[in-house]
Amino acid sequence: MKRKLKFAIWLGVLFDGVLIFIAAVALLAASGLARDEQDALRQILEERAPLLVCAALLLLVLCGGVVGWLFRNYVGAVDALAEQTRTVLSATPEGRIVATGGAEVMGLAAAINRLLDAYRSQHLDLDVKIAEAGSRLEEERNRLAALMSELSQGVLLCNAEGRILLYNEHARMLFARAEASGSQHSLVGLGRSVFALLDRDQVAHALDKIQYGLDRDANSPVTRFLATVARSRLVKVQVAPFLSADLRIAGMVLTLEDVTDAAGQEARRRSLLQALAMQVRQPVANIRAAAENLVSHPDMSDEKRSVFAGIIAGESRDLSVTINDALREHADALKQGISLEDMPVADLVNVARRRIDTLLGLPTGVDRVDDHLWVKVDSYAFAQVLASLAARLSEEYGVREIRFRAAAAGGFLELDLVWSGAIVASDALTLWETEPMQLGAEETPLTIRDVLERHGGEVWRQSHPQSYTSWFRFLLPLAVPAPVKPRRSVPLESRPEYYDFDLFRNADAAQGLAGQRLSSLHYTVFDTETTGLEPSAGDEIISIGAVRIVNGRLLKGEVYEQLVNPKRSVPRDSVRVHGIKASDLQDQPTIGEALPAFHRFCEDTVLVAHNAAFDMRFLELKEAATGVRFSQPLLDTLLLSAVVHPSLDDHRLEAIAERLGLRVIGRHTALGDALVTGDIFLRLLPLLAERGIETLGQAIEVSRETYYARLQY
Amino acid sequence: MANKVLIADDEPNIVTSLEYLMEKSGYEVKIARNGDEALALIESFLPDVVLLDVMMPRMSGYEVCQKMRERADWQHIKIVMLSAKGREAEVNKGLSIGADTYVTKPFSNQELIAKISGLLAEGAKPGGT
Repeated sequence: MKRKLKFAIWLGVLFDGVLIFIAAVALLAASGLARDEQDALRQILEERAPLLVCAALLLLVLCGGVVGWLFRNYVGAVDALAEQTRTVLSATPEGRIVATGGAEVMGLAAAINRLLDAYRSQHLDLDVKIAEAGSRLEEERNRLAALMSELSQGVLLCNAEGRILLYNEHARMLFARAEASGSQHSLVGLGRSVFALLDRDQVAHALDKIQYGLDRDANSPVTRFLATVARSRLVKVQVAPFLSADLRIAGMVLTLEDVTDAAGQEARRRSLLQALAMQVRQPVANIRAAAENLVSHPDMSDEKRSVFAGIIAGESRDLSVTINDALREHADALKQGISLEDMPVADLVNVARRRIDTLLGLPTGVDRVDDHLWVKVDSYAFAQVLASLAARLSEEYGVREIRFRAAAAGGFLELDLVWSGAIVASDALTLWETEPMQLGAEETPLTIRDVLERHGGEVWRQSHPQSYTSWFRFLLPLAVPAPVKPRRSVPLESRPEYYDFDLFRNADAAQGLAGQRLSSLHYTVFDTETTGLEPSAGDEIISIGAVRIVNGRLLKGEVYEQLVNPKRSVPRDSVRVHGIKASDLQDQPTIGEALPAFHRFCEDTVLVAHNAAFDMRFLELKEAATGVRFSQPLLDTLLLSAVVHPSLDDHRLEAIAERLGLRVIGRHTALGDALVTGDIFLRLLPLLAERGIETLGQAIEVSRETYYARLQY
Repeated sequence: MANKVLIADDEPNIVTSLEYLMEKSGYEVKIARNGDEALALIESFLPDVVLLDVMMPRMSGYEVCQKMRERADWQHIKIVMLSAKGREAEVNKGLSIGADTYVTKPFSNQELIAKISGLLAEGAKPGGT
């Protein structure tokens, strides 16, 4: 329309222009003529009027042709060029411009195509760089997480509000172990508050101390405190801050070390000393008094003498017994310090071999080392002992090769450092044992004897003259092999679930939940299995399963799963549904024990369940008995599904899962159903957002409406 | 003929008691105050039993024990190691390098005598009458 108008205007202007031009020329030419000539001309013109009209029409067609050609090749072509360029830029990034029209327009199109190419390649470069940087960042984060998981200490990283951004397996285990007996659920989880784990005042005090250090420009202000976690374990906590650009505390790294055993050992050592001091005093006093009487009165009667001698004999006999008992009773306390760690003997031998090779260049070998033997050892110091003996043998006796062998004997490891040929004087070892160890440039005030004393070990020389071999035999207390922990490997492609730095950006979520966006909230999705459908008629919960959602991720590593002893029979009908038999539940905690732990697991989160009313009725009926109230906001995937698909009737878990393209695995176990419900909930969130339901308050409101709508049915 | 005992210990009080005890039990007794002296006395005195304290100056009881076991003509001599330490590893070490028994201080006189006579009876069997 617009284009036609433009065409008409151009045509009109051109046609009128030409007509005006011809008329002007004619008028100009006619103005010089005489009157009669003018009359004759007018007459001619009047007579030829039809011809003139025809000429004018021809001129119009001619002008139309010229304007049409101009339009096709230039005006329209440029318009089309602009249109195509806009489309390519906004919609079809891979497209090219195909121009028709004049040579100039074609040239312009070619230039635009070149410009597009340049723009695209730059864009592509940029995209690749952004993707590379992103994946590098992700990889680094994962590497950090992997590193954390390998640490022998527990690590918790928190933001300034004390929410956990990252934790490692050790930290999780530390608090899992501290949980109520039988329960393996840890309160360590992403986005959870660290104050649920550690005393708020202790942490606050530590942060105050750090702030004090920062105010005084301390280089790396770090504080430590001892904390008792969940009644039983003693944990050494080290708090180090990390700072924002303006040097405020943006968060903290907590390093946790379980010192319960070490502290226990220290306490036992102290009590041994106390016991000895207390129990030895009295008998020694008695012996001394009796002995001094005997010495001071050589003239006493035989009868008296034998009384005092009897006292000395009796008291010293008791004293021997006391000392022996105390030493036996406290043997553990004396055995080892806390710097010893359990280690496979094969590893210890390898450490020693590497050391001998690096420091002395002496060839080493292994005759036989039992793979499953473990020792309690300070591997650094002990490898130094072995290497320093090897150095002595090589320097003083020209020994050319050292071999190792190890076997168990009683509660001890017999570790032999073997060589052939040279006969080593029997007093050589005694001398070497008591001199400070020296290895090349390395020197230490420690002697071999010191190290052995610390290990509760011994060493001596043995030889087998027939085979010309000799060996130093070390005796070290064997350790029980550490149980092999299932290693949580961290695939570099996928994001491990035990960190989430995005939580940094989250403000403290505790306030004003209703106004918060659904995508930013933390959820506990749960399900229960029960003995039947009527809690008021005595049916009971027999299983609770739950999983957490933080920052839109279902954290399959942070689950709660607990069987519950219902203290009643389990009807056969219900066994058919969930497969849990009464015998499975005998040794499980009662609901009174399980519910408080589950309540702690749900702390600070929004509850999500499918057909939540059913599960909540069971929980509410236990409120009075357990003193535990679930007052958190609650969302129901059944109702939310009805909000999203109001025209459909089937809102069973399977039906929704199928609609949303989810596979259902492990149905009718509480945890299995909770996991499916969690997946469904996450898929429902974008569908709710399409309907403008983005906050918790809105979701609760529409659920309520749906609920009433369904009730009216 | 009375059995011969060598007591090797640097602690004079226990030596006095042990000497008295052994003599009263019918043994012929000699005393060594350190490891070197013990080896010299074994050479000249040729005891049947040596009571060997682990912690001695100059040469430890362990060394004396090892040197004794290196001598083929001394294999029949019974070695009783005495020690105030008595950790399990030390006991194992003593027995491993050739001691016949290991007695931890403090000990009962009766038990010590019983152990020594037991060892001598055991040693007498193979070559006995």
